Formats: sequence, C-alpha cells, structure tokens
Amino acid sequence: MTIPMTLKMKPKGLTGLLRGTMFAATVAATALIAGMADAQTLRAVKHSDLRVLDPILTTAYMSRNHGYMIFDTLYALDADLVPQPQMVDTHSVSDDGLVHTFTLRDGLAFHDGAPVTGEDVAASIARWGERDGMGQVLMSFVDSMSQGATANEFVINLTEPYGLVIDSLAKPSSNVPFIMPKRLADTPSTEAIPEQIGSGPFTWVADEYQPGVRAVYAKNEAYVSRDEPSSWAAGGKVVNVDRVEWVVMPDDQTAFNALQAGEIDFWEQPPSDLLPILDASPDITVKNLNALGFQTIMRPNTLNAPMDNALIRKAAIASVNQKDVLDALVGNSELYALCGAMFVCGTPLATEVGSETLTTGNGMDMAKSLLAEAGYDGTPIVIMHPTDVGTLRTQPVVVAQAMRDAGFVVDLQAMDWQTLVGKRASQAAIADGGWHMFMTNWVGADVFNPLVNNMVNGKGADGGWFGWPDVPKLEELRTAYATSQSLDEQKALAAEIQEIAYEEGVYAPIGQYFVPSAWSNSLEGVLDAPAPLFWSISKN
Amino acid sequence: MHVYIIKRILAAIPVMGFVALFVFLLLRLTPGDPAAIIAGDTATPEQLEAIRTSLGLNDPLVVQFFNWIGQLLRGDFGTSILSGKPVIELIADRMEPTISLALTTIILSVIIAVPLGVIAAWKQGTIIDRFVMLLSVLGFSVPVFVIGYLMISLFSMQLNWFPVQGFRPIGEGVGDFFHRIALPTFTLTLLYIALIARITRTSMLEILGDDYVRTARAKGLPEHKVLMRHALRNCSVPIITVIGIGFALIISGVVVTESVFNLPGLGRLTVDAVLSRDYPVIQAVILLASLIYVVINLLIDIAYVLLDPRIRYA
Repeated sequence: MTIPMTLKMKPKGLTGLLRGTMFAATVAATALIAGMADAQTLRAVKHSDLRVLDPILTTAYMSRNHGYMIFDTLYALDADLVPQPQMVDTHSVSDDGLVHTFTLRDGLAFHDGAPVTGEDVAASIARWGERDGMGQVLMSFVDSMSQGATANEFVINLTEPYGLVIDSLAKPSSNVPFIMPKRLADTPSTEAIPEQIGSGPFTWVADEYQPGVRAVYAKNEAYVSRDEPSSWAAGGKVVNVDRVEWVVMPDDQTAFNALQAGEIDFWEQPPSDLLPILDASPDITVKNLNALGFQTIMRPNTLNAPMDNALIRKAAIASVNQKDVLDALVGNSELYALCGAMFVCGTPLATEVGSETLTTGNGMDMAKSLLAEAGYDGTPIVIMHPTDVGTLRTQPVVVAQAMRDAGFVVDLQAMDWQTLVGKRASQAAIADGGWHMFMTNWVGADVFNPLVNNMVNGKGADGGWFGWPDVPKLEELRTAYATSQSLDEQKALAAEIQEIAYEEGVYAPIGQYFVPSAWSNSLEGVLDAPAPLFWSISKN
Repeated sequence: MHVYIIKRILAAIPVMGFVALFVFLLLRLTPGDPAAIIAGDTATPEQLEAIRTSLGLNDPLVVQFFNWIGQLLRGDFGTSILSGKPVIELIADRMEPTISLALTTIILSVIIAVPLGVIAAWKQGTIIDRFVMLLSVLGFSVPVFVIGYLMISLFSMQLNWFPVQGFRPIGEGVGDFFHRIALPTFTLTLLYIALIARITRTSMLEILGDDYVRTARAKGLPEHKVLMRHALRNCSVPIITVIGIGFALIISGVVVTESVFNLPGLGRLTVDAVLSRDYPVIQAVILLASLIYVVINLLIDIAYVLLDPRIRYA
C-alpha cells in the first residue's frame, strides 16, 4: 500500500482543520488496519475464557494452555508418553542417584531479554512443587535445588533416589512445571504472578488482553527451537504465524457460523451435535487431537453417612452402566470408549481390573444385594448437579436414575458449577449443607498415573481430595509407586491401587470420551496433544 | 426546575447506597467461593485459606464492605479477583459496544416505530393498522436469538453482506463499525419497533378523539399538521418513557444479543462475573446499571417538562 506523502490541504478555519484531521485519521487507520491484515493471525475459539493468567496458581485448563504459549518446560512428553528434553540439553545423575544435574540449552532467553539461568529454574520448580500434586511428591524427596557451577546449570539434590524426577518435570497437564524468571517465581504460590514473561515460543500482548473477549499472543522471534520434529509438547516449537488470538464466543452456533464464514480458524471443542455438519464441510477438518480424551467420574463423599460405608459406595458404582452415561453425554459411539481403567485406556498403566460392572452394565443385581447387605435405610443421597456446564449436566441425571433403580433414594440438587466448586470443599454434614456425590471430568493426562490422579489419594479428611477417602493402603502403594524403578513394577502397583480403589469405592470412571477439534483447511501442521498447541501451525 | 434536579440528584445518593449494600450482602450470601475457583482442584485447605486471605475474603463482612465503599469514594472500583485487571478498565472496555448498540437500536427504532404507530392510529381498523399490529405482535413474540440466527443465516451465510460476529470500535473505521453493528441492531430493533409502535398507536388513539384535535381539523389544518403538531406532541410523554426505559434496558445488558453476535458488551461481562463469582466486577456493574437507571429516569422527567408545558415539578 502506498500512502501519499504530500497532502494538498487548504485550511479553512475549523471546518478545514476538522476535515484535514479526519482525512489524516482515516489514512492512518486504513494503514493500521492494512498492516494488521498483513500480519498473519490465527484466530481460535477455545473451550472457555482465559481468566487467571498464572498457570501455577490454578489448575484451570485455560491457564495451562496459556502457560504453554508463553512459558517453556524442562522436559515434555512426546506422543508415546515418553519424556523428552525440551529446555534441557544434557542431564546426568550421580552414581548414588541423589544428584541430578541439568544443563540448559544455549540461547534460551526470557521475553525481556534476560537469559534463563539455573536460579530461575530452581525458583520455578520450587513454586510448582508447592501447588502441584506430583510436584509435592517430588519435593518430598528433594533436599535442595540450586543453580549449578555455571549459570545454565540446575542441580537437584535428593534425600533418597526417586525414579520419577524426569516424569515429574515432564508433567503435561495441570499444573505443568513451567519455567519463569526468578523474580516471578518468587511470588507466593497463593498469589498471581504480576507479569507474563516466559521463554516460550509466544509472547504475551498485554495491551490487547480483554478477559471474556480475547487473549493475544505474538510470535517470539528470539525463540530458539529444538531441531527434532514436534511431537505432543516435545520437540521443535516452530511458530509459523505472527499472532494467535484466542477469541471468546459464548454461543456455539456463533462459533459454528464464524468458522464456516472464515472469521475464525480453529475451534477447540465444538459440541458433538454440530460435528457431522462440520465434518461434511469440504473446507473444514475435524479431528480428535487428544488421544487420551477425557475421563468422566463419579465421586462419593466418604465422610457423610451412608456413603461412609464402602458397601453403599460400591452399590452406587455397581448400579451404573457406562454406556448409558456416554450415550446420554456424547451420543456418537465413535467419540467415546467404555473404559474402567482409572489411569485411562491407552496408557501403559491401563487395566480393567475391578471395573467389570461399569463397562458391561451388568451390576444392577449386585448393587441391590450390596444395598441389602449394607442395611441401607433410605437416607436420601445428595448428588450435586451442575446445570450450567454442558459436559457435566448429563451424568448426574443418568447416575441418579441408575441409583434409584437399584433402590437408592436420590436428592438431585441443581446448582451452577461454581456453587458446586465451593460446596464440594465442605466437609459439613448433610444437615448443614453437605453432599454425598458429584461428577466431574478430567483430561486423560491429568489422571494417567497414581501420583497425578487425585481420586486415588487415600489421605482422608486431612490432606485428601474432595470426598476424602481414608485408605492408608492406597498411600503406601502410591509411595511405593513413587520410588519404583521400572515400568513393570509401576504397572503392578497401579493395578493394585486400582483394585483397592474399586474395592473401597473411592471413585469410579463412568466413561472416557473424546472431543474433536475443528479447523479451517487453510491451517496446516495442527498438532496432536493433550492441550491445544499453536506452534507448528501454518496458515495459507 | 433546577431545585427539582438538584433534589433528584441528592435523592439518588441514598438509593445508590442501598443498592451497594444490597448487592454486597447478596453476593456474600450466595454460595460459591472465588478462592476455590482460582485455586482449582488440587489446592490444599491451607492454600485455599492463603488465597482467601490474600483476596481479603477472610476479613469480617463489615470490614470488607467499608473497604469497598472507601475505594468507591476514592473513585476506585477495585480489581477483578480473577484477571487482576482494574474493574474500571474492564467496564470501560465493554461500554462502547453496549452504548453503540443501544444508540443505533433506539435511533433506528424511533425513526421507524413512531411513524408506524402514528399511521396505524390514523388509519385505525384498516389493513395498514392491522399490518402494523401484526408486525408488533411478531416483534414481541419471536425470541431475539431466533431473529438473530435467521439474520445471520440470511445476511451473513447466504448473501455474505455482513460478518457473522464481532465488534469493531468506531475509532477503527466508521464503515467497519456500522458493518458489524448492523445485524445486532436490526435484531434488537424489531423488538423495540414493536414496543414503541404499539405505545405510539395507543397514545395517538386516545388523543385523536379529543376535542382540540377535532377543533384543529374543523378549522382546516392539513392532516399531517394535526397529527404531528397537535396529536403526536401531546402523546409524547408515554413514548419518551418507553424509549428511555428501553435505552436503559439495553445499556444494562442484552446478554442474548451480545452472545449471538459475539459483542463484548456489559451484559456478557455481568454474566461472566456472576458465574465466576468475581465480586468486585459484579458489584461495580450493578451499581453502574442502577446509576444509569437513575440518570435516565431523571432525563425522562426533564423531557416531560420540555415536551408538555403543563407538567411542572415543585
């Protein structure tokens, strides 16, 4: 575009000045808009709004996704679920297994230009270790963490050998051990970091961030990518667009129309009823990018009678048929899997032990006999029912009906999700507003081993996850898993944990489902991953 | 008149104070915990408490209330609990789409609806009257989101005349601004045309039977002068009332229209804040909406005097 450098202006008092100003403003605005149009921008509609910008403070998936844009990780899982070095160049372990030394790759720098140092890494891992479950386990083995002999070295000193150091640093989902500058990582883990400075492949465009409207990222021109091909969150992170905009669209039909009209390029989670139409479009690709999908679960509260009785909990679980839940929730059988594996089907730790009734749907008689054996007295079971979340409003209805069929009296209490989030933290008795059961969903990568899977935590009311089962044996086995040294040993421990968890009725997966993404065929290089990633994508 | 306006402004202060107290207490008594929302699934009770403390949510309610009132008196609406952005900035970002939609809708509605109402009354009982009333019933009956989707389907997807969604500030180009605000304006306008046309017709019918209208006609005034100068002006009070309230309704949020056309307005801000229990944002938005109602009611009262000299305020 050519902008005339000489403008013949004949000022005529205020009118002339106004006219001139308007003309200049129009030229400037046109140039600005043309400039913006020239910049290659990828517009994506995500599953939710980005509200909390600190991916360590919260486990919200949008904050995790934001973290992947602007921060980098020491390690990352590849598509085979194998940890691969990301910011790390070399790693060595002392003969006694107590000292892990990591050397960072050359050229790593934060967005403010400062080099990434071992000090930054130590502070970041320490903050993550305060919040994340797997991080907390790692920290229980850590004696100290510090910068090594040189600025790009990072050293972890352990109190005893721990086999999951690398697996912990490669944790793919919330909370991900992102590396940030020490001055940010020194922020208390209960407060949000004040700046968005990372060393990742995108930089944060703070001026254009409007919560509830859009979040904007620009290509980090200084980012030094690895040479390996991208695989999940591992490998090269080559950015092929100038900007990525996450646009918030609260209405699915609007997002559907916008994708078809070319106003957006990528839609993370279209509802399943629109998928056939999108799939039929020659201009749109529909594909599941997250092979592990989501696990939907039912979680009883072991503190409140009668759910304090394992037989009652088992009866509730036995009454449920995963197919009924998934047919109601998803509908399309190609988008779900009957899966009783607590650590998700498709992972090395997957096993169906203890889950037969869930996947075959033959547990109703067992449920009735368990109820009789437990002497259930007809106390209403309070199930919290979040009606405002599309992926959570169906399961409580199906489970409640199955439980009623088994002989339970069910009090299905409708509420919004945030009320549920507040209420589920309460250990109060039912008469004081307590609860018996709720359902939620997890990304597969958040539950795929006994350390990240919160539901198999058996610490009870003091330290356990909502529902608070007190099962010391589970904790023993989780500790054994943490110190295990081989995959075979881990598989055996995971199977034992699952068996006990079902026996105690601590929770039940009530299905595994997949949510394909949809994108314009103008995009190439969209990556499979447990979280939506925007490097490697080019736009024609 | 001046004394009246000053009195009304002073009277608004206790109203706003009551609204502030009511909203504050209502939110604190509503289930839900913003700290739990921020902390996520794996926070320990100690971490949750630490987050509550850092947000000031563990302070006694009285302390929280007066802290907030103190902030308000200093012109500080606080910061969003979730995003950490100043609330005033969040609201300012959302004002332009909402005010733009309100202005374009009301202006277009008045331009179309008032003449329609006048003609319908003038031609009472004819096919024109029935057609206007049919439009009015349709405008009232068909949900806004249905009209919106139909508009998008026809004008965006089939004819490609307008974009499907989004808002462009007027500062980034007048043409693009109108291009994007057109469909949501047309959608909402149908509802307001129905409302204003019906009120105009009813008011005109009452006036057209009055003696002074008969006198005007008897002395040979052209019909358009009878209608516009004598009848319409005298029935403008209820019309102005409806227009004012309609404007206030749009300003305080038209969530469905904003969602269907992806307009980042105040309605969506309010709903998002409520769903995420972002107390400072909810409090500020509701206070603002209350203030808008107070101001618009005052403006309507002033307009009454200007339009109808018989009305006097003590």
